[in-house]
Amino acid sequence: MKIILNNRQEEFEGQELTIFAIMDLKSFRFKMLVVRLNDRLVKKEEYSTTLVKDGDDLKIIHLVSGG
Amino acid sequence: MPTFSQIKAILSQKVVGIAGAGGLGSNCAVSLLRSGVGKLIIADYDVVSKPNLNRQFYFADQIGQKKVYALRDNLLKINPDVCIQVHDTRVTTWNIGLLYSTCDVVVEAFDKASQKEMFINYMLTNLPEKPVVAGSGMAGWGRVELLKIVKSGNLYICGDEQSEASVETPPLAPRVNIVSNMQADKVLELLLNRSFGK
Repeated sequence: MKIILNNRQEEFEGQELTIFAIMDLKSFRFKMLVVRLNDRLVKKEEYSTTLVKDGDDLKIIHLVSGG
Repeated sequence: MPTFSQIKAILSQKVVGIAGAGGLGSNCAVSLLRSGVGKLIIADYDVVSKPNLNRQFYFADQIGQKKVYALRDNLLKINPDVCIQVHDTRVTTWNIGLLYSTCDVVVEAFDKASQKEMFINYMLTNLPEKPVVAGSGMAGWGRVELLKIVKSGNLYICGDEQSEASVETPPLAPRVNIVSNMQADKVLELLLNRSFGK
């Protein structure tokens, strides 16, 4: 499947993947994140159940301390 | 193109909320006020301390004062005609709605990532129509070309998403100020583009 991940086209094997699996594949290691699938907020407890499909727009935004 | 007086007339009718009065919040407030935003609603529970003075808009003789009152004093010295509503309180999921539901745009200006996450999650869940301009990743120096604004719906995140504040990479005035002003500029863009129908 092809998706837009953080404004870039990315290709993954398979028809669908959970957000958790994509984070693992792409090595997102930050603790504090904002995840939005097609501009909808995905809560932490939904990462392992929310499926990303072909054509989806996924944003995984890192929140780091400092300000 | 609108004239500066038209821009000022529109901004004078706008309300901007700022959550946190540290490096991001204090400097963002200054730029919004100078630009002519009519009302600012600012909340923070902290007091001014000496290490804050390397980047935050406070003065040495304000050490020990509550940030929100010190910031109000400083902002009113720049322009005494602006409405500055301050709240000496910790921003939590219990009071975000009360504090910021009347705002046209809200700026997330906290220090800790956990606070940023709490605030953004609350806003996206409970006030999804309200634009939120947040900051993430601005510690250290150099690498200014990495600073960017990521948009997702009504959420805008300014910074490089990676430069975390730590003992080795402290938050310093130039980068913090740049990001606080990226936030202020995005707020103006949101307010003005809506008014001028872009």
